[in-house]
Amino acid sequence: MDRRSVIKAAGIFTAAATAFLAMPRWAFAAYSQKAFKQKASIDALQNLYGSSATTVSDKITLKAPDIAENGAVVPLEVITDLKADSIAILIEKNPSPLAIKADIPSGTQGLLKTRCRMGKTTNVMAVVESGGKLYTASKEVKVTIGGCGG
Amino acid sequence: MSTIRIKAKERNGLVSVKSLMKHPMETGLRKDKSGKKIPEHWIQDVVAEANGNRVFSVAFNTSISKDPYLAFAYTGKKGDVLRISWKDSAGKTDSAETMVK
Amino acid sequence: MKTIIQHLAFGLLGLSVSVTAVAGPEEDRKAFQNFYENRFPDTPVNDYQNGVYSILPSAREQWQSIEEFPPYELSVEAGEKLFHSKFANGKSLADCFGSNGAVREKYPHWDKARGMVVTMERAINECREANAEKPYGLKKGKIADVSAYMSFNSRGQKVNVVIPSDDSRALAAYEDGKEHFYTKRGQLNFACADCHMYTAGALYRADTTSPGLGHATSWPVFRSKWQEMGTLHRRFGGCHKNIRANPFKAQGSEYSNLEYFVSYMSNGLEFNGPAARK
Repeated sequence: MDRRSVIKAAGIFTAAATAFLAMPRWAFAAYSQKAFKQKASIDALQNLYGSSATTVSDKITLKAPDIAENGAVVPLEVITDLKADSIAILIEKNPSPLAIKADIPSGTQGLLKTRCRMGKTTNVMAVVESGGKLYTASKEVKVTIGGCGG
Repeated sequence: MSTIRIKAKERNGLVSVKSLMKHPMETGLRKDKSGKKIPEHWIQDVVAEANGNRVFSVAFNTSISKDPYLAFAYTGKKGDVLRISWKDSAGKTDSAETMVK
Repeated sequence: MKTIIQHLAFGLLGLSVSVTAVAGPEEDRKAFQNFYENRFPDTPVNDYQNGVYSILPSAREQWQSIEEFPPYELSVEAGEKLFHSKFANGKSLADCFGSNGAVREKYPHWDKARGMVVTMERAINECREANAEKPYGLKKGKIADVSAYMSFNSRGQKVNVVIPSDDSRALAAYEDGKEHFYTKRGQLNFACADCHMYTAGALYRADTTSPGLGHATSWPVFRSKWQEMGTLHRRFGGCHKNIRANPFKAQGSEYSNLEYFVSYMSNGLEFNGPAARK
């Protein structure tokens, strides 16, 4: 039985059991210690892209709450009309601001959704790399703790 | 049993993918009850492939919430075999596949 | 079938009790619902099952984002496994609750034989103990996973708490829960009603209090704050600590009766657990 029909039969197929199948064909390459450990946004950008020169763009929508319900689980969404080669999110006041960086192959949308942790009220910046340039959209997210919800 | 759950639906040539990965995403900043620091342990890299072709790859920092949620969309079709794999800071890996509905 | 005379005789015998038994809780419930309908005229009644998200649009948006792939789904899966895993004697929870555990609408209920309120979590543990298995802890972990699974499969069932008229102790338990809801307690001297009824929707420091109507429909809950699932009684305890009152024991009579009252107040609403909350 070829692989495709095995999968059809199984529905969801997990490859965790077989070590060599578990590794994707493309190496895990996105994570880089240097960029992700930087304590300042500007250094993170410099390390990640080799430049920290950015332009604000209205072609990027950063969806983030005005006031985070809970700083441990803050839904964030970046969507852009620009032809994105990568999308990154920086949470300025976090210990290491660079939170996530996604590489977007052609054929994939300029869309990224995730849930982040924020320690305190902070500026959140979405960075879209397009045509060799960096474009951004920012929003302040308020984080409160110590309400009566406990 | 894989730690990765995938929901993938195609509509008008666009496959919307949502995934949830079970992982503690320890920042290394938390302390346990005895005051000892809980070592960092988080998913660093995630790769998504459709029919063997890379459609998304992403790096997480410790700012990503526990049991990470990741959503993206690519041009594809029903029946695509979508596989999502991760590697964490301890070098562990996991993978799961599903068929796009 | 009872004859009219039998009905009358019964009524006369327990006149004082049965009059309140018939009129009391239902009147309470209608008044309770009316209160919220007046306080939040734009909120449809069937939205109260969503807690504070029924009255706070900014929070609702975040909740909806989380609902795209809610963290409690992992718990439902874990609960499914536990529900179907065999005890040492070969049976499983499915033998007590049916193949998919969709029995949420049966709880909480009054157990006449034992003279107590039985909640779903209590029933889960009693099933285990009846099969010579150790009971789960009552606030989180496996009990919450199993409850999440059963609640998930029960979604859409209507809350239908019954206070049997032929057992005055049931009404007493309801009244006990009701009194609890309206009694001020703790250093902060708040009653449940203070935050969740009279000032529902107000800001307490950084938190908006949820309406009491619909409180019992969405449990167990994945609270972002807990970063895990927890049961209703865990939250009752947490709330008590927040107002600096001594919490009661999970599945003790205080919280079970409180659950009985709060659930009765939500009769007619849908069960929609498990849920994600802040």
